Amino acid sequence: MTDATSQNSVAGNERRTSSLYTLDARTRRRNAAETRFKIYGMTAVGIGLVFLVILLVTIVRNGIPAFTQTSFDMPVVLEAEALDPNGNRDPADISKVSTFGYNPLIEQALERLVAEHGIETEMSGADLRKMVSSGAAAQIRNTVLANPDLIGETVTFRVLASSRVDGYMKGRVTRDDLARDKNLDAEHLNIVDVLSEEGGLERAFNWAFITGSDASESRPEQAGIGVSMLGSLFMMLVVLLLALPIGVAASIYLEEFAPKNRWTDLIEVNISNLAAVPSIVFGILGLAVFIQLVGLPQSAPLVGGLVLTLMTLPTIIISTRASLKAVPPSIRDAALGVGASKTQAVFHHVLPLAMPGILTGTIIGLAQALGETAPLLLIGMVGFIASNYPDGITAGFLSPNSAMPAQIYEWAKRADPAYYERAWGGIIVLLLFLMTMNIIAILLRRRFERRW
Amino acid sequence: MPVLWIVLIILALAVVGYIMGRQRALASAGGDSRKLHSLPSYYGSSVAIFTVVFSLLVLVCWLIIQPIVINNSVASTIPDTAIPEASSLGLVMSDVRRVANGLDLAVAGGAIPANEVSEISTEDTDLRGLLASVGVALGSDVSEPVLDAAQSYRNLSKTGNILMTVVVLAIAVGGFIFAFLRSHKDFRARNVVETSIRYLLILAASIAILTTIGIVLSLIFNTIDFFTLYPASDFFFGTTWSPSFGGGSQLGIIPLLWGTMYISIIALAVAVPIGLFAAVYLSEYASPKMRSFAKPLIEVLAGIPTIVYGLFALLTVGPLLLQVFGPNGTGWMGAASSVMTAGLVMGIMLIPFVSSLSDDIINAVPQAMRDGALGLGATKSETVKQVVLPAALPGIVGAILLAASRAIGETMIVVLGAGAAARLSLNPFEAMTTVTAKIVSQLTGDADFSSPEALVAFSLGMTLFVITLALNVLALYIVRKYREQYE
Repeated sequence: MTDATSQNSVAGNERRTSSLYTLDARTRRRNAAETRFKIYGMTAVGIGLVFLVILLVTIVRNGIPAFTQTSFDMPVVLEAEALDPNGNRDPADISKVSTFGYNPLIEQALERLVAEHGIETEMSGADLRKMVSSGAAAQIRNTVLANPDLIGETVTFRVLASSRVDGYMKGRVTRDDLARDKNLDAEHLNIVDVLSEEGGLERAFNWAFITGSDASESRPEQAGIGVSMLGSLFMMLVVLLLALPIGVAASIYLEEFAPKNRWTDLIEVNISNLAAVPSIVFGILGLAVFIQLVGLPQSAPLVGGLVLTLMTLPTIIISTRASLKAVPPSIRDAALGVGASKTQAVFHHVLPLAMPGILTGTIIGLAQALGETAPLLLIGMVGFIASNYPDGITAGFLSPNSAMPAQIYEWAKRADPAYYERAWGGIIVLLLFLMTMNIIAILLRRRFERRW
Repeated sequence: MPVLWIVLIILALAVVGYIMGRQRALASAGGDSRKLHSLPSYYGSSVAIFTVVFSLLVLVCWLIIQPIVINNSVASTIPDTAIPEASSLGLVMSDVRRVANGLDLAVAGGAIPANEVSEISTEDTDLRGLLASVGVALGSDVSEPVLDAAQSYRNLSKTGNILMTVVVLAIAVGGFIFAFLRSHKDFRARNVVETSIRYLLILAASIAILTTIGIVLSLIFNTIDFFTLYPASDFFFGTTWSPSFGGGSQLGIIPLLWGTMYISIIALAVAVPIGLFAAVYLSEYASPKMRSFAKPLIEVLAGIPTIVYGLFALLTVGPLLLQVFGPNGTGWMGAASSVMTAGLVMGIMLIPFVSSLSDDIINAVPQAMRDGALGLGATKSETVKQVVLPAALPGIVGAILLAASRAIGETMIVVLGAGAAARLSLNPFEAMTTVTAKIVSQLTGDADFSSPEALVAFSLGMTLFVITLALNVLALYIVRKYREQYE
């Protein structure tokens, strides 16, 4: 520091004419630098918060429309000649009529609906049917098959509008867009305008989105996230059942029993490295070991759960060790002092005290696993339509399914913009789950946190 | 017998064992638990442990090994002539498994009577149609050798399953009897139980090592397979990436590495200044109230799943950038997906990562150093710039390295936001692709690992693993070394 002192002494020799009351130029400069620096910091925090707000607003604004869906209320005459040509109400005969047989009924119903509201149109029934989801025929057919007595009567069905009509109602599709679209014309929209004013066309909360299954590329209006939600649930069950006991056991060993030797060091280094291995590498591991080597079925939630277990283990181990470490040694000493064995001291005294922390860590680990997508892509949980609910518990673990994030990715890849809305909606559902889990974790921590 | 039943039987046996073992020990002490060496529950637990642990271990190992053994023995019976042109043993074997599985399903679903399955032949049954009716779709008609192999596959699995049931249950019963007979008042049950618990704990802790070994082995073997099909030098130094499943692909990693680096650099250029300034502000300037409000909110960004950021890049940031830099704007950008799109969004994702790591490190700088600087008349910002940050520098470098490794390994943002074309270009508004994105595109929905186009994903994974591991080890080393400095 000799340099500094010598400089100071040089500076000290100069005549200073400033006073404490007027700032000299240098102080002003330093103060300005101070203010600038503070502003930089505030800006950085602000930018971070603004990004968060933008992200959330984007998600909510784009995703909320997915929770409502437009549908037509229309009376359909279930003509006996068309649906049951032999007239004997035999279920086998009725089921011979394919969905194509139901299309004319829908067309007639639409023509009547349009005429009822006094709309003049030159469009044929087949043209009008473009306003209705292509899944409508299947919906009516299933109702008829389940209840053959309805044949010959007039039944009011609530059928989904096609995704274009739905998009128009939500403002996603404009009349300009339709100029290049052969699926719907401006004339359809005139009808839609009248119908939505006079009733007959209604936009209601979309339970089918939350409980339903995925639909094929051409029917976005039918797609729902329910089945993949179940896939995620089964995966989380696997993760919880495996990661919690294994993670806690591993942490107890490392924290309470492990001697300080090379083997323990190796395990510790391993765990901290595994925590930072890219998730996609775990996907490769799952593909190579669980599917290629062991021969577990592709796309099964069991495999997804196993991969996510390996991925979450480090998180759970790290947080469990922290909460074990937070239990003061006096507890252990007291237990040992009254004659408990080391194992008893740990399992009867330390573990129960550390439990809230362990659960918090586990829930956060589960939340992380719930949102993870990349490894699921590799074990095949995308690329097909998760159209059926698994029948039974075993099937839930072993039959192909999707998971919420994988389903969102699948929708994001599809060409129809109507699916983007579904993807955003799916994200809202996913984030609600994550939020709930994190809030539970925070509450647990607040409620049971103990300062020693 | 289904595995679930075996497990349930073992567990039931364990419960019975617990009760019986406990009672036998108590009876040997004449009902007076004070005469026992250990508490009565330990005698019960020792019987339960001996019943469950070994039998379940054998069960798990058997389940893993049996398919491999059967696969190999069946594969060796398939004549070379049965393997069609442009196919491989692996593909034929997957057909065999599918047929065998389909036959099982057909029997279970009642499509074929159980006693007729073994007489089925390819001539008088439409096997493909039959299997399709139970939900097993085949790519082609079933040939005679495949059916034979499928039959022997079924027979072997059947024998294997019966053998497994017998062996596992025998071990469970054996362990039960062994431990039950030992339950006597002088038996040191607690020591036995505690030792077994200790070993179970060690086993659980070793899973971390097993995972690493699993990762390394699965990467190495498939990478070696790949390099026997495709020269390593072309992979590491090739500048063209154009896979074609018809053959004649060029699989050079350089363009992918370039894309990865470029996107990561942009991401870090966004995340590091913002994250660092935010950390400095929050730890040095902000009031406790502000800190307790802003810090968790910024960390929410870290809790949002990457698929959300991917969608944000694809549907919001990309189109926004396209409006400004696209054909209607400056004309630099051709499509919504680009290096810039992915980099910016990834940068947002990394902000909390950088800020909370740096925050910890800045907080670890001893207060005495700040007090010293302030006492000498330095302003707060001068203290931060000339005392705190230099002292925290190694830790901050470590944090940045960790963020870089996160950026390199990030998948969903680049899959959705960066595009699919591998190219070497300097224009950040052009679509490029990364190592992770190509792993996904080469492996998704592909069950056959014999072509270099699929196997290349494993070498890409290996490269990724090595790079991120090196960065992590370096970062942890720096952080740890720094931490010790002030403790």
